[in-house]
Amino acid sequence: MNSIIPAPIARQPWQMLIPLFLLVGFGAAVLYSAAGGSMEPFAASHLMRFALFMVMAAVIASLPRDLVKLLAYPGYIAVLVLLIAVEAIGAMGGGSQRWLNLGPIVLQPSELMKPAIVLVLAKFFSALPFGLIPTWRALIPAVGMIGLPMSLVLMQPDLGTALAIGFGGAVVMFLAGLPLRWFVTGGAMGLVAAPLAFFFVLKEYQQRRVTTFLDPESDPLGAGYHITQSKIAIGSGGAFGKGFNNGSQSHLNYLPEPHTDFVFATMAEEWGFVGGLFVLIIFGIILRWGMRVARRAQDRFSRLLAAGMTFTIFFYVAINLMMVMGFAPIVGIPLPFMSHGGSSMMTNMICIGTLMMVNRWNREAPRLGLK
Amino acid sequence: MREKRQQIVSTTTLRNAYDRRSFTIGAIQGGIGLLLAGRLAYLSIAENEKYQTESESNRVNLSLIAPRRGWILDRNGAPLASNRADFRVDVIPERLVDRETTIDQLGELLELEPARINEIKGALERSRGFKPVEVAAGLDYEKFAAVSVRLPDMQGVVTQRGFSRFYPTGPAVGHLIGYVGPASAEEYERERNPLLIAPGFKIGKDGLEKQFEQTLRGVPGARRVEVTASGRIIRDLETREDRQGNAVRLTIDGPLQDYAARRLGLESGSVVVMDCNTGELLCMASMPSFDPNSFSDGIGAVEYKMLRENERVPLRNKVLKGLYPPGSTVKPMVGMALMEQGIDPEETVYCGGGLRVGNRVFRCWNRAGHGAVDLAKGIAQSCDVYFYAMAQRVGMDPIAAMARRCGMGQEFQLPVTSQFYGTVPDPEWKRQKYGRDWQAFDTVNATIGQGYMLASPLQLAIMASRLATGQNVFPRLTLEAGSPSFERMGFPANNVGYVRQAMSDVVNGPGTAGRARLPFDDILMAGKTGTAQVVSLDKSDGRSGPWRYRDHGLFIFFAPYDNPRYARAVVIEHGGGSGAAYPIARDVMTFMFDPQQGLERLRTLETEWGGTAQQRLDKSYAQYAAAAGAIVRPPPRRDEEIFDRVEAEARAAAAQTEEIANAPISPRTNPDAIREPNVAPTTAPTGEGGGQ
Repeated sequence: MNSIIPAPIARQPWQMLIPLFLLVGFGAAVLYSAAGGSMEPFAASHLMRFALFMVMAAVIASLPRDLVKLLAYPGYIAVLVLLIAVEAIGAMGGGSQRWLNLGPIVLQPSELMKPAIVLVLAKFFSALPFGLIPTWRALIPAVGMIGLPMSLVLMQPDLGTALAIGFGGAVVMFLAGLPLRWFVTGGAMGLVAAPLAFFFVLKEYQQRRVTTFLDPESDPLGAGYHITQSKIAIGSGGAFGKGFNNGSQSHLNYLPEPHTDFVFATMAEEWGFVGGLFVLIIFGIILRWGMRVARRAQDRFSRLLAAGMTFTIFFYVAINLMMVMGFAPIVGIPLPFMSHGGSSMMTNMICIGTLMMVNRWNREAPRLGLK
Repeated sequence: MREKRQQIVSTTTLRNAYDRRSFTIGAIQGGIGLLLAGRLAYLSIAENEKYQTESESNRVNLSLIAPRRGWILDRNGAPLASNRADFRVDVIPERLVDRETTIDQLGELLELEPARINEIKGALERSRGFKPVEVAAGLDYEKFAAVSVRLPDMQGVVTQRGFSRFYPTGPAVGHLIGYVGPASAEEYERERNPLLIAPGFKIGKDGLEKQFEQTLRGVPGARRVEVTASGRIIRDLETREDRQGNAVRLTIDGPLQDYAARRLGLESGSVVVMDCNTGELLCMASMPSFDPNSFSDGIGAVEYKMLRENERVPLRNKVLKGLYPPGSTVKPMVGMALMEQGIDPEETVYCGGGLRVGNRVFRCWNRAGHGAVDLAKGIAQSCDVYFYAMAQRVGMDPIAAMARRCGMGQEFQLPVTSQFYGTVPDPEWKRQKYGRDWQAFDTVNATIGQGYMLASPLQLAIMASRLATGQNVFPRLTLEAGSPSFERMGFPANNVGYVRQAMSDVVNGPGTAGRARLPFDDILMAGKTGTAQVVSLDKSDGRSGPWRYRDHGLFIFFAPYDNPRYARAVVIEHGGGSGAAYPIARDVMTFMFDPQQGLERLRTLETEWGGTAQQRLDKSYAQYAAAAGAIVRPPPRRDEEIFDRVEAEARAAAAQTEEIANAPISPRTNPDAIREPNVAPTTAPTGEGGGQ
């Protein structure tokens, strides 16, 4: 280690943090352009939030393992209660709602559930005796713990977040070593259930999103408009883009939500293929670092936790990018670290903080022998 | 199986499974990453061109600039229809957020009448999509600016500087020129030209405006602008100027047309003037008329009601679509036919006030009788008995043939939307139409231009020119270089001279229209009066009583009598006899040779009538608007319907005289006297529609 840099700084995971800062900075530049060449209202608050949540991540990173394990169940239950509270308030208010107004902050409990489900399942599977892994005693509680918040979120209705919770949980179960055939059966059942869900569970506007995803031209001015305009924005950017602040699709309001869900399209229009590749590579670096943290983790709990958190970030990135490029229906999932929005920033920074925490655990208790 | 599995599960196996599975997940992540990178490359590089085009077509909006319409000029190059720069306000229905409020707000800003506001709302309900609906045109700058500054708060409202059609002489040219208006849905379907739905674009709806649409239209300009998704214009990119349409030059003499129209005054009728050497139509006035200036943004409900309820049918072009029994005006033509049949014009017939044919007596208008009458006297004094007697001798067929040669029953090559060609009855025609045989009284009726015989004022003017010149004159409406050479009619020169002299006697000699004499010593006019009865004698005396039972007054004439230059016809519908027609003829002719004198006479008359035609029209409109308030039944949606309806009624009106054609017609006594200015003309509507 270089002696000029103090040890507490030197030992931070800079191989991840520097790309992350670059990405957030780039995100701010895109938001600056999306606001028509102004720091207000998006870019400034984006950077402010990042700074704030970076502090939060640092606090999370310093938590001891035992405390985290101890908080896993209470944390999960607390978020679940918040979800129920949202439902209750929504029902009383005579409509669905996703937000809780807690004085100055607006909280979206379904976002908190994404890291919470990973944490609680990591705790559950690390505590479960090995012998019970292939039995129903491993499966049923896990499925329950995933299914309960999923159905609450679906009632909101927020398909994207519900899927994120489901996939996050499923990945932890998968990595926990549950028999492969269960996943195969589950996948098969999912395939059967999907059409049923499409017709009986999804709200009409969600159904329309799926159908227009399959055929965007069927409704060029309605729901298909979003997909079409997003593809036009990305496609018209070319190799090097139209230039900073020159995107016509975003500036002339053809692109819906140019600062949130479609921020990648806004970026790609102005920065082209090169900008898009830069974003993809940075996400690649961050996710690869996350997976390595998970692989180096000392114990089962940390391993599952780190991998689950990495996957949660991945899920955001993958669904958002597939959506803006016309590979997935519009489900309303923002792009981590680039989209304007506090809730997703918080979730993702919780994931980053948790990964930094596991990284610290790894460093402080080096691997002993061949365990 | 389960036993076995449970035994195997251990830290190591789980660790191995974890490694394998996390590798799998990592691989899936990497795979999806590569997939996304590939997709990104495909969209932004391979398909770049396609999406760039789409992005451009999003960003850039091409809007057409309505071309300035070509002018319509009179023979001397003075405009009969021109363009006036104006400011206009349109709304685009699809972009309106709150129709009611926006229109009310506009109505307040532009001080629109409540009736107009209701109309706009109605038009909005029927309109579809992006086709703009006109709110107001011809605005002054203040009002225009008042709307312009509020545009950001009024989505869907468009202000424009543009041009609107302007007819300097208004009602005088209404029937002839027609008017312009926004294209209807049908017209758009037919032509499929995006220009037709460009804001502010008008197409010819009637008359010459419609006939010369393609010539007058011009080439639209274009404006490329950058727009937002909601249609707000960010900036102009490029503008191409429009190219004005070509002018159409008419043979019409603008001032004469205006004078004639105004001189018709309160009467319902028409004046046709043509150059009988070239066939050029100098004047085709038809009154009462509408003001084409006020039609350009569609026919307003109040205006439509006003025009519709006037029994003098201001919407009908009486020059082309008014059919009247020509009355005694056919006598010179009949005389020509008689001479061709070998009758000596000097041969006399004794008129004792009637003629017995078989067991019937046909009366002359002069019950006391004219004594010995030759052809010249027969024409000059309009002696009916002379013609009854001579026509009995030659029969109907040569007379009908002559009528046709002189232009009756004929249709002419003119750029007009429609013309009626009337009826020249003969035995064959009657058998086909009614399945009855031709009777002696049919010939009698026909020789005095009654019965089934019907002609339009245009045809009467042509008959006058053919008789006057002995040439087969055809009318022309557009000015062309060179004068056409017409074939000879085949009349012996003597006969032509004879008829000219006889017609001169009508005015200048011992004839029926001495008061038609021109106030010039050196120019003598020749003419023939006509009074056409529309109902039988016992129903009306032809001069008072219900307007639509009164006689038509006709006058055909030419001047100078010895070297005819101008021929014309004046027809006054239900004017109470020819006395209503020839003073007008005289004044119009006076105006041609001495405008000053003609105008003085007109001014005196117009003071009596309460203003010029335009002023009276405006006054009547104001009355209507006040009486109607905001509740008026809207006019038919399509302008075509309006004119189809008018045309249908015109045909029905022309059939009015058929009723009395089944019997011999007894001419009125003293038909050519000038009607006393007794009956106060009805400026207020009578509520009877269309004169039916």
